[in-house]
Amino acid sequence: MTALAALIRRDIRIALRVGGGALIGVLFFLTVVVLMPFAVGPDLAQLARLGPAILWLGALLASLLTLDRLFMADHEDGSLDLITMSRTPLELACAAKALAHWLAAGLPLIVATPVLGLLLNLDMVATGAVALTLLVGTPALTFTGMIGAALAVTLHRGGLLMAVLVLPLSIPVLIFGVAASQAAITGPLSFGAPFSILCALSLVSLVIGPFAAAASLKHGLD
Amino acid sequence: MTLIDLANPTRFLALSARVLPWLAAATVILLTIGLYQSAYAPDDYQQGATVKIMFIHVPNAWLSMFVWGVMSVASLGTLVWRHPLADVAAKAAAPIGASFTFLALLTGSLWGRPMWGTYWEWDARLTSVLILFLMYLGLMALWRAVEDPSRAARAAAVLTLVGAINLPIIKFSVDWWNTLHQPASVMRMGGSTLDKAFLIPLLVMAVAFTLLFVTLHIAAMRNEILRRRVRSLQMMQASRIAFSSDVGTGSRQENASKGAA
Repeated sequence: MTALAALIRRDIRIALRVGGGALIGVLFFLTVVVLMPFAVGPDLAQLARLGPAILWLGALLASLLTLDRLFMADHEDGSLDLITMSRTPLELACAAKALAHWLAAGLPLIVATPVLGLLLNLDMVATGAVALTLLVGTPALTFTGMIGAALAVTLHRGGLLMAVLVLPLSIPVLIFGVAASQAAITGPLSFGAPFSILCALSLVSLVIGPFAAAASLKHGLD
Repeated sequence: MTLIDLANPTRFLALSARVLPWLAAATVILLTIGLYQSAYAPDDYQQGATVKIMFIHVPNAWLSMFVWGVMSVASLGTLVWRHPLADVAAKAAAPIGASFTFLALLTGSLWGRPMWGTYWEWDARLTSVLILFLMYLGLMALWRAVEDPSRAARAAAVLTLVGAINLPIIKFSVDWWNTLHQPASVMRMGGSTLDKAFLIPLLVMAVAFTLLFVTLHIAAMRNEILRRRVRSLQMMQASRIAFSSDVGTGSRQENASKGAA
């Protein structure tokens, strides 16, 4: 337990210090959202209608792109080998690393959501709904994306290939995240049903992600 | 004959060389019968002659999912039992599965043009098949991204199994998404309400396409095994040239191995 806590503390510290790049995700999120009005036009009513979708897409891309480095940096300086050989089960270590990554890179996205909601002309309720669904949904993105990160480090290939592999897997999270936000804002449907399915997706990925990532690390690293 | 007996690639090559002509012949015969039957099937009272696209479309769609299942079993073979031919089977199946998926999409959209008035409809079923197609392409990109086949095999196996768990979830969520955005306005064919005149050709075609897949798959596996042999021979040759101090012996050995191959 102390080993896992130490791992989480270490990862967060590395991510937040110089060269960590956790906050670049937030900057990317901001940039994507700022780009959107140039594509769809500055009409405020339309932006408010598309707002939840834009925020969700931005958060999805931001959280996947920052995942690239989840195992890569540790692989380069050799600490990944120590983690694989340590007595802590690799699955738990993977889960701890993903949790640390979510705390350092995912949580800032949710904190930034109200500001970006302001830019997209979203009212209080809508912003709150999007922030809440992101809070519940981004762990699923991190934990499924971790599989891609583990594959990337074993193949010495990152970036585009990883995104191509992981993005189709994140479609359900996107669907239910946007559905729940829309339901809270306008929809005739209830907020509860898509929201609970979103929670379920997060919980499922919490189980599958660490096992798949650990399996690919175990089989892939020489 | 158990699966483990096939672990020796040479034995697999010998056995498959004997089986393959019979499989190919059975495929051709069944395909001929199926195509003949579907060509002479009566027109549907609503859809007219376009109903005949179904005889191609449905077997393709069924195989697009079946092939992922085959790849998942092969991936289990790679990761759990370390069967030497499992990753060959998984790799050979991916492009075939992608082709079946693409044909299912293509025939579906050709059918959709006269029936729905559009080539593409964001219908739940179409969308989830499209995502399946994207995942096939991603998997093939993964196979191509890495030189070492065994390393790529384990990565692809993990991804295939994750996909196998995720595909039903994606299917379910796309269904939800579609009903949320638009009510079911598209016409659907009830599978069980099919008339015998349509059902029998369809079943024949389904069996014929499955046989076609098995034939193509075994042929592709043979190709993959031979390709790997060529690759290892080339690497042996390259290392022999690189490590021989005398250039003369290197080139002589090169000639010798060429003769052996």
